Order: sequence, then C-alpha cells, then structure tokens
Amino acid sequence: MSAATTTLVPFEDVLATYDPALGLEVHVELNSATKMFCGCPTEFGADPNTQVCPTCLGLPGAMPAVNRKAVESAIRIGLALNCEIAEWCRFARKNYFYPDMPKNFQTSQYDEPIAFEGWMDVTVPTEDGEVETYRVEIERAHMEEDTGKSLHVGTSGRIHGADYSLVDYNRAGIPLIEIVTKPIVGAGARAPEVAKAYVAQLRDLIVALGVSDARMDQGSIRADVNLSLAPKGSGVLGTRTETKNVNSLRSVERAVRHEMQRHAAILGGGGSILQETRHWHEDTGVTTSGREKSDAEDYRYFPEPDLVPVAPSREWVEELRGTLPENPTQRRARLQAEWGYSDLEMRDTVGAGALTLVEETIAAGTSPAAARKWWLSELARRANDAGVELPALGVTPTQVAAVQALVEGGSINDKLARQVFDGLIAGEGTPEEVVEKRGLAIVSDEGALSEAVDDAIAANPDVAAKIRDGKVAAAGALIGAVMKQMRGQADAGRVRELILEKLGS
Amino acid sequence: MPEIPGANGPDGQVAITREEVAHLADLARIDLSDAELDHLAPQLAVIVESVASISGVAGDDVPATSHPLPVTNVFREDVVVPGLTAAQALAAAPASEQQRFSVPRILGDEQ
Amino acid sequence: MSAGQDWTTRTAAELADALAAGEVTSVELTQAHLDRIAAVDGSAIEGVHAFLHVDAEGALAAARASDERRAAGSPATFLDGVPIAVKDVLTTEGMPTTCGSRILEGWVPPYDATVVARLRAAGLPILGKTNMDEFAMGSSTEHSAYGPTRNPWDLERVPGGSGGGSAAAVAAYEAPLALGTDTGGSIRQPGAVTGTVGVKPTYGGVSRYGLVAMANSLDQVGPVTRTVLDAALLHELVGGHDPRDSTSVDQPLPDLVGAARKGATGDLSGLRVGVVTELQGEGYQAGVQARFTESLDLLVAAGAEVVEVSCPQFVHALAAYYVLMPSEASSNLAKFDAMRYGLRVLPEGVPDPSAEEVMRATRDAGFGDEVKRRIILGTYALSSGYYDAYYGQAQKVRTLISRDFEAAFAQVDVLVSPTSPTTAFRLGEKLDDPLAMYLNDLATIPANLAGVPGISVPAGLAEEDGLPVGFQVLAPALADDRLYRVGAALEAALHARWGGPLTPPELPAGLDRREGASA
Repeated sequence: MSAATTTLVPFEDVLATYDPALGLEVHVELNSATKMFCGCPTEFGADPNTQVCPTCLGLPGAMPAVNRKAVESAIRIGLALNCEIAEWCRFARKNYFYPDMPKNFQTSQYDEPIAFEGWMDVTVPTEDGEVETYRVEIERAHMEEDTGKSLHVGTSGRIHGADYSLVDYNRAGIPLIEIVTKPIVGAGARAPEVAKAYVAQLRDLIVALGVSDARMDQGSIRADVNLSLAPKGSGVLGTRTETKNVNSLRSVERAVRHEMQRHAAILGGGGSILQETRHWHEDTGVTTSGREKSDAEDYRYFPEPDLVPVAPSREWVEELRGTLPENPTQRRARLQAEWGYSDLEMRDTVGAGALTLVEETIAAGTSPAAARKWWLSELARRANDAGVELPALGVTPTQVAAVQALVEGGSINDKLARQVFDGLIAGEGTPEEVVEKRGLAIVSDEGALSEAVDDAIAANPDVAAKIRDGKVAAAGALIGAVMKQMRGQADAGRVRELILEKLGS
Repeated sequence: MPEIPGANGPDGQVAITREEVAHLADLARIDLSDAELDHLAPQLAVIVESVASISGVAGDDVPATSHPLPVTNVFREDVVVPGLTAAQALAAAPASEQQRFSVPRILGDEQ
Repeated sequence: MSAGQDWTTRTAAELADALAAGEVTSVELTQAHLDRIAAVDGSAIEGVHAFLHVDAEGALAAARASDERRAAGSPATFLDGVPIAVKDVLTTEGMPTTCGSRILEGWVPPYDATVVARLRAAGLPILGKTNMDEFAMGSSTEHSAYGPTRNPWDLERVPGGSGGGSAAAVAAYEAPLALGTDTGGSIRQPGAVTGTVGVKPTYGGVSRYGLVAMANSLDQVGPVTRTVLDAALLHELVGGHDPRDSTSVDQPLPDLVGAARKGATGDLSGLRVGVVTELQGEGYQAGVQARFTESLDLLVAAGAEVVEVSCPQFVHALAAYYVLMPSEASSNLAKFDAMRYGLRVLPEGVPDPSAEEVMRATRDAGFGDEVKRRIILGTYALSSGYYDAYYGQAQKVRTLISRDFEAAFAQVDVLVSPTSPTTAFRLGEKLDDPLAMYLNDLATIPANLAGVPGISVPAGLAEEDGLPVGFQVLAPALADDRLYRVGAALEAALHARWGGPLTPPELPAGLDRREGASA
C-alpha cells in the first residue's frame, strides 16, 4: 500500500509547481439484446453461466459473428462525439492470458477504430457564477467485447490473497465501446472537475442516444483515469498512471485530485512516477499500485481472421446521423427557455446531473419550479448523503410528479412529501401506497382539528391574549403547537383560520 | 530436397537465440524445461532463418492481404438465439463450484 | 460383410445406388465398415490406426433411422445411409473431439460443427473420428499425441498429414467417404500419398464453424474419397453459405456433380491447362514427375491445350505460410489453458499453484513439440518489433501470390502440378527435421494463401517405390466445378488405362482393433 505511506501534497501546492494532464478511457456497455459476436442475451444479474454459448465461452471451433446493432450504436456514439467514421475498419485480436477471458485474446479494434478524431465541449461552473467551457478532444471510439466476472474465494474477498476464483462468463462478449480522449491539458486546478464533468456529460449523451443503461454503479459505464504531472509551464507530458475501477462521478473527481497530490508528493521528494495501473478505493479515497506497465507486455495484435472488415457506407452513416438526439448545448438552451429557469438555476440543474430527470418530471405534469425544487433540494441532498448518483437513488420522475400532484391536491404537504420520499427510497411502493401505509394523509376531520386548536389555546393563554388584542402574527406559535400535536398531518392554512375564528380576530 | 530460397539468415547471425525462445515461451505461457529449450531453440533458429527470406520481397506499394476473399460488412441481427445451459457449459470444466468455473488463484491484475 | 458382398470396396455413389435399389440396407453397409475397421485399424503399434474414436452405436442408430426413412419412401438425400468418417478437428456433439492432442483428451463438445450437422441432417451415419497431426500441424500424422496412422499401401510409411487418418481410412476401405481439413495441403497431400481423392474447396465455400482452427484465414473443410464423383457429391452436401461463419461465401455452389459427370465423358476440348513452372522439376521425385507428365499427356489426348505458366512469387509461398499460419495458430491455441475444459496439469513441486502456473504446466504437458514450435514461432512473428518484418511482409507476399494466380488464370482455365514432391516417406524419417517436413506442402500451400480451390487425383504409382502419386489441379476462386471436370476426365482416362481404380495391396491379418488400444 504505497499510497498509505505517501504524504499527499496540499492541492493548491500541486498547482503552484505542476501542470496536470488528464486522459480518460471510458468503457460503455451497450444495451443490445445480444452480445457482440453471438446471440446470447445480455441481461444483468442472470444466474451464472446461463447466458453463454460455444462462441462467448471460447469453445474450440466456435466463431464470432458481428452484431449489426452494436456497430450502429458505435457509429452513433462516434457521430455524437463529432468523430470521423472509418470508411473501412477491422477487428483485431489483443492477445493476453487471463482466466476471465475465454479465448485468451480479446476481440477488439487496434489501429483501425470505427470512430476517431472527435470532440466534446465540457462545461464547468466557476466561482463567480459563470460557466467555463473546455473542449475535450476525442482520440477514438472503438468496439470490443467484455470479459467474464471472477468471484475471489478466500478470507480477503479480493484478488490478492484469494485461495481460488470462480468465473461466470455471462458478461463475456457483451459489446463495449471504448472512448479514449487525447491528453486534456490546461485545466489546471479545474482538472478534477473537468474529468467529472466530461464523464457526466458523456453519460448524459449515452443516455440520450439510448445505447446503454449507463449505470456506473452496475458497471455499464466504467472510467479509467490517466493522470500525469509536468513542471509548470514546461509544455511536456510527464509519466502517467492509469487508475482503474472508478465507478462513480464523484470518484472520478476524487481520484484525479488524489493522483495529482500523490504524484506531486513523489516528484517533490525527488522520486519518479512508475508507469503503472492503479486501483481506486472508494472507501478510503486512495489509489493503490496494480500491474506495472512494462515493455514485456506485448499484446501481439493482428487482424481477426474470422471476421471480415466493417466498411460503413456513407449512406448508412448519414442515416444514423439522422437518428441522433439534439446536441446537449442546444438542448439546454431550449429547455431553459421552455422552463423559464435563470442561468444559475439551469447550471445547478445540469451540475446535479438532473436535467433529464427534471425534463421527465415536467413531462409527467409537474411545474418546472416544483420539479426543480424536489430534485435539487430534497433528492440531491439524499443522493449525496447516500453517496450515489441521482438516477440511482431509486426515485423516478413519474413518482416525483405523483408526489407533487398529491401536494397540489391537498392530500399531503411539503413536509409530509419528504416522508413519502423516504418510503419511495425504502421501496414501499407507489407514492399513494406510501401515504396509505404510513398514514401520512392530512387530517381534515374538523372535530379533531377544532379540539387540537382548543387545546393549544388553553395551553398558551399568553399567546391567545396577544391574538385577541389583534397581534395576528403571534398565531404562528399556536399553529406550530397544533401541527405538532397533529404530527404534521393538518392543513396549516385551515388551522390558522380556526385559531383566528375562535379568538375573534 | 529443394532448399528454401534465401534460407540463410541476414548477416549470418543466429536468427533467434535461446534466451529469446525462453522469453517467447513465457509470453505463450508454456513452461519449457531446459532440455526442451536445448532441443527447440536450434530448430526454431533454423526455421526463423528460413522464413526471414520474405523480408524485402514486397515493397511498400504492395497492399497486405489478410483475407483471401474481398468481402465486407457481414453482420448478424440483434436477435437472441438459444445457447448452452449452465450444465452444458460446465460439463467439461476441470473444476466447478456454485455454477461457476473454479480456477486456481489468479496472480495478475485484470487488464 | 453382408451376403458375401464386399460393400466396403464400393464407391459412395455405388452404395447410394444400391441403397436406392434396395440391394442393401444402411445398417448392413455401416456394419460392414465397422467390421472392416475392427479388422484392420488395429492400434498405434500395428494396424492402420486411422481412427481415434469409433462410434459403432451412434453410427448404427443413424443407419437404422436412415433405413426407416428409406422404407417410408423419404430418404433425406442421395447419400442418406452411406457412412462417413470425420477428421477429429471437427466438433461432434456427444462424441469426443481431441484434435490429436493430449490437451483435449476426453473433451466431448456440446455442439456440432456446421458440416457435421449437415452430415447428420443428410442421413450419413458417422463411423467415428479420424487421426491427425496434433491441431493439424504436420504432414505425416506422426505428430498425433495418440500415435501415428500408417499408410495402407505400406504400413511402414506415413499416410501424409495432417489428415492422414481420413485419407488412410478411405484408402483402406474403412470408410467410403471422409471429411478432412486443408490449411496448407492437409487434404490434398495425404490424398496424393494414399492414392485417394482430396479436395480443398474455395476459401469460404464450406463452413468452418466447428472446425478447431489452426489458421483461420487458410483453413478449409473438404471431401476425402476414392473417386472424383464421390468428392463432388460430398462437397455439394456439406458446402454452401453458413451465417455462423462470417467468412463463408454467400452464393450458391456451382454444379459440382454435373461437372464431375461431364468430365467423366473424357472430353476436355477447349480447356486450357497451365503447368506451373515453379511447382515441378528440381526437388520432385523422378517417379512423381513421370506420373505427372503421363497424366498431362492424357489431358492432351482428351482435347486440352497444355501450356507452361510461370508464377514467380510461388517460391516465397512456403516462407510466407510459415509466418502466417503459426501466427494465427499461436493465438488460436491460447484458449487451451486448463480453465474451462480439457487437461489441467498441476506443476510438480509447487505448493498451492496459481492459475498462471497451472496454465504453463498444462500447456507444456499437453502440447507436443511441433505445436510448441509453431506457437513460439507465431508469438515471435507477431511480437512488437518483428510484426512488420514477418507478419506484415507475409501478408504482402500473399498479395503477390494472389496476383500470380490472377495473371495465370487470365491465360488458362486451370493450373496443374504434382500434389506432393515425393511419395509417402518412412515413419520417423522426417520427424525431427521440421524444415524437411514442411517441404511436403511446397505445391499445395499457394492455393491456401490465395484462397483458390484445389484437388488431388491419384495419378498412378511411382516406378521406384510402387507408391501412389497425386496430380493436383487448381482453379480460380469460386470455380470449384473446373476441378471436378478436369479431375473426373483424368480419372476416367487413368482407370481406362489401368482397367479400374488403384487398389492398395491386401492388408495382412492380425491388425484387429483392440478395445482401448488407442485414444
């Protein structure tokens, strides 16, 4: 655990001495019905080794056949990232031995990717309320296949120190698109935020394209973070490390920050950076050393002889271009105008990764203000507390719209609505069911309410006297007492009316 | 027996050394014994020398052929077809447990 | 043998006719061949040893089903009920498939190769799996981990390779038909040295799905038979497009059986035949050359015009092949790692071995020398720093060889050469001299590099050793019908001269197959 012994350099000090260079490799697992090279299903969470066939199990004699849908998805991702689409490209074999890889080579693309030379504009908020845009250059997007999954058996539960491993090949052969950026330089102190914003925007784009479930928590989007430091102003690229296993947006930002601080500590102490793979640990917020990248690592790429080249016609490419969703910048401008959000409100919505959620909530009948209120205050806080992304919280736009409808219908108030969200997150059913089960509906029984008001007046004679004297503002104290007694399940407006009525104000 | 044209290695050097053969066997995950290395290395040197004759045969203007027939764009539709049952998949496994393939502890990291 | 008839010496076409005429049942035919296998196949120590696995029960069950179809008046195909042997490199559901390797000992695939599925659907009982050089790497079948196959013409000699088992089984009347695979000559060269007919179809003409690949861009499945017509019948049955093989040609096969029947009339007028300058002369055994020249004369007599054609780049074919083939093979054979199927060997003296250590020990123990040589050679040719000089160059040489073929086929309809430079050599003679072994495929390799089809037809016996010689015909890609026309014409002329087909000497008694003696 070399990281544990390295004293990190404070982040500000890193920037005084070094320029960071970032690189991101994002693997997107496609949501096609079948695998990249065979007709096996791709459902998440199936019983082990039930979604396999001779091809994805790498049995002798079996052969691959390319999934047309996966090629289409790759082209659409490439187009959405402003890439060139290859006129002619091939699959290649990347040869290395690993037990979760059935053929001991991965069918991938090497020097002939299907998409290359693109870009994506990434926006990051600044402290003074403005928005800064970084253009992230895309080097390539290529098609490949996923590996199986190993379960490490032993006291550690991890690969190191395991007694043996158990392999499930259901995931082997699921189509992946690997999107690789060129080195991102010039972000300086914003490097961690730019990294996070890039992955977040890329994820939104993937969602908008509908080509993947885009769930970082389930591994359908996986990010590898490359980072290097160079002496400030030198304009060169330093030795990089590649951090794997970064499975949330928050971790992308933290991992970049951590690696910047760690690199600076090593370089500042006269050491040099080892070019290696590192593993991110979500719990401790550090990276640890993995496999050293050495010259001995020789993948012996060569064109896959069992497959023929992919040569997308320009007609096909243009047809696919026609299926692309609106680009994110245009979409944001359109939605802001439609919703009447201020720049700040819009930026917060985008920053919280809530744009699509808010859009869908509004589409389900909620006002733009109410949709923003729930997602950005109530639900964003809960997601943050739980350490998950907003879409993974377990509350859907339809449910938020239903909760708001209950508020507007007077069945619950905002305070009760928060308890409804508790119930939704706990999986207690629909908003209506949660209200029912938890007994959250507002009490409209006039008798009970009247009794509670009488009790409050009796218990607070001083306050009651003030109100009688015309100090209506004092009613708040009595309303609070009544609401407390009613455990919040009363219409505060009606309580106020009753108090004033009874005290003859 | 006819000679393979150009069978002599460039510069008369041994085309591939014993150390290189050992390294290649390592890359190919074959645990060659010293005796096997003694036997195979000289044979491989002769073979490598003879196939080295192709260097320089074709110039930069000659395109590579990776495939005998000029076919492109052969695709499969995205439709599920029945595969194997877990029992069929695991039938030949040297060891299995919990409906998974049991393999010895893994040293290296995933790539 | 049934009813005093020796059904085993008949051709497949004759057997199909006899079945159709009700002269014999499929069960009788299948049993006759099983009896013959039991009598001559013996073990690796003595006997032909063409089979690694005999499936008497499965073959007889298929034969009974065939007889029932025929009795009901609905045979599946012309060859329904005619038994066949299958090279052990093709997967067979429920029947062991070892590829002649220790590393796959006992492996029973859960699926059929497309060609095997087509055989079953067509009603051909599968007698068993035939011996081969390990993973099809060799030209003598001596590299089989289960011991060599012997040449029925002389049990002290090799039957060629890698498909020596299929060729020997057909030559020794153990099967009327067999399937082989040809990456650099593994159907044609055994055909030549055992006096049988072997065809390597156009690349992509027959599905490779379920063929355990040696070199995917060179491998082809094809027929091994005793007559040209039988080869055409089998080729039509197993060939044609397969969506499971992305390299399979998506167009109908030419009329192969029609071409064979037309050729058998003996008229080749208007046909232009090119003799490849580079595939004869020095290095070719005198008796081989003599039979080749004699066959050429017969083609001329049949009306063909014979000219000499030069294919200058062919001299580089062998070197290019020995770069490309091992490269692809080194990657294909990586999957044999003791994790999912096949052999698992624990390293000696290593407590608690890791997966990596088990892989290394298993691959060392499970692969034979020739396989190791080729894996290492291929690993070398693909490794960084060497790729351009070896693999890259070899792919370019492949282009040059294809251009030679294009230029030649602009002048002539077919190209011809001796199939193999020599007749069958003695067991052990070239076992530890890889380069000498590789030279056996000198004349067959160019066709694999260019993807064009080729046939080897028995051309008689060499005077000096009395062993069979093969005559090779090559045609442009997708023009496999020309092979059958020329092959059948030559066959007809030779049979007329000999008064019938070549017949190997009677095998001695005492070669009976003992249970468990092999595989």
